[in-house]
Amino acid sequence: MTALVTLRNVTKSYVRGKQKVEVLHGVDLTIETGEFLALMGPSGSGKTTLLNLVAGLDQPTSGEVLVAGDRIDRLSRGSLSDWRARHIGFIFQFYNLLPVLTAEANVEVPLLLTNLSKAERRRRVQVALELVGLAERARHKPNELSGGQQQRVAIARAIVSDPTLLVCDEPTGDLDRQNAEEIMNLLQALNRSQNKTIVMVTHDPKAAEYASRELHLDKGLLTNDTRRAA
Amino acid sequence: MKMFRQIGAVTAMNFRSLPQRVSTSLVVVIGIAGVVAVLVSVLAMSTGLIRTMESTGRDDRAIVMRNGSIAETSSALDRNSAKLIVDGAGIKRDENGEPILSAETFRILSLRKQADDAEVSAILRGVGPKILAVRPELKIIEGRMFQPAVAEVIVGKSAHAQFKGLNVGDVVRSRGANWTVVGVFDTGGDAHESSLMTDAETLISIDQRGSFQSVTALLESPAAFQAFKDSLSANPALAIDVVRERDYYQQQSKTMANIISIIAYVVGGIMAVGAVFAALNTMYSAVSARLQEIATLRALGFGSTAMVMSVLAEALILALIGGVIGALLAWGFFNGNTVSTLGGAGGLGQVVFELSVSPQLMILGVVWACVIGVLGGLFPALRAARLPVAVALRAV
Repeated sequence: MTALVTLRNVTKSYVRGKQKVEVLHGVDLTIETGEFLALMGPSGSGKTTLLNLVAGLDQPTSGEVLVAGDRIDRLSRGSLSDWRARHIGFIFQFYNLLPVLTAEANVEVPLLLTNLSKAERRRRVQVALELVGLAERARHKPNELSGGQQQRVAIARAIVSDPTLLVCDEPTGDLDRQNAEEIMNLLQALNRSQNKTIVMVTHDPKAAEYASRELHLDKGLLTNDTRRAA
Repeated sequence: MKMFRQIGAVTAMNFRSLPQRVSTSLVVVIGIAGVVAVLVSVLAMSTGLIRTMESTGRDDRAIVMRNGSIAETSSALDRNSAKLIVDGAGIKRDENGEPILSAETFRILSLRKQADDAEVSAILRGVGPKILAVRPELKIIEGRMFQPAVAEVIVGKSAHAQFKGLNVGDVVRSRGANWTVVGVFDTGGDAHESSLMTDAETLISIDQRGSFQSVTALLESPAAFQAFKDSLSANPALAIDVVRERDYYQQQSKTMANIISIIAYVVGGIMAVGAVFAALNTMYSAVSARLQEIATLRALGFGSTAMVMSVLAEALILALIGGVIGALLAWGFFNGNTVSTLGGAGGLGQVVFELSVSPQLMILGVVWACVIGVLGGLFPALRAARLPVAVALRAV
């Protein structure tokens, strides 16, 4: 396996009021291609900050962030946008679907950033929706779907452009147990059958059990790194 | 191409969410419509006044006034001067070889408006016997021409329509005489249509003010003006100014038209500032309402430019709708309405003119609307683009 994500001595600090708060203190981390990593830890431990750095949503204060062969800590904001479009699929806790668009139009959004023809975009949207088991709800708007279904649409949107890395921020945080299990099964299947590399932040130990590796953060430091046999 | 598709996609999404923001969006549309309606209708006044004054006067007619007079009101020419002017070079002559000119004087009459009974001052112009040759555009459209030596007047079409008591057969009172209205005249929509006319000698003999105020001469051609002017200026017995008739009326209306334009821009400008703030407020709330969408799209890789352009496009289209509504309102309510000046455009008495909401004015109004829209949309657009994605996602 090859390293898809490499963090070297990464720190991140914010200024809150007059105080400088360091959220990550010199983190070193490697994530291999095909891994399903669950990032766990208490609130304020730096999980989401770490996820944002890996996803190119934020820049480190110091250190190197190498993802898919690119030093993304050196990219400008504009280049980082393009880079995210090419490499990252996002799954959010509250799905973040666009309320005015149908499920299929929501899934199509990332493809609008590519040069694909309309027909090809349609075909890929169809495939992605079938993969998450929602082909028959393609014409429904988010408010006509249950929470679990909305998250499936969000997953379809995340995978439709075949990104290098899927990042999930509390993907089951807004779902009941049954829906949460279905979503985790889907993510696990994507990881196992499509070899998608997934980095997931979660509070939920049950969700973390689906991952192949569990990483614990506390006060900005990595504390525990467990690999699980498939 | 990709950029245009991004902008198009984001703008389309914005518009699809418009129904959820209909009331705040209406504030922009209505505000801008109001600004444009006021601006266009006030400017229509100055355009209408200028148009009326431009149609008054010809290049081949000259007005002679006393040296240093800015307007006919402040001019006086005695009989000797009036006689000497007859000898000026370049004056057109009639079939009998007599020079075509009209020595004129005028008085201010107090009349009342049809619309609101307000007291207004109108001009009673005493003209020479050759007036119909001097002003071939003057046509009697009702009744007949006045006779000399009797107190008879003809009234201009606009004066007839705007002021009370000017029907054929009515009597108009002035100091020293009761004037019977015997006809209505048309001069092709120029400023004279707002006045009354009678025989100059009769007017002078009735109130015993023994001088003329100006002489209007019809020249052989527009090019004869210089020769006419030079010949009169060379006469040491004359202390006079000679101006082309068209230049005179344009000069007279200029100040008034300028004042109206300034008022239009000041009032329009103040209202526009208000409308910019309304647009700012609306677009800020539109951006806030869509913060989650914007943050999500930015996370997915949509660029800042697409965000800026889409917010601007929305502001611009709302402004455009407002601008078109405002321009159409001004056109519908005011185009072709006749109004009159209050005091008198520089010695011209009450001038009645049509408000003219021209296509150019309507375009100007819509351009103002677009500028307001862009100014109101710019800062919210920049906010949408600059907000750090990680922060915006957390704020959701």
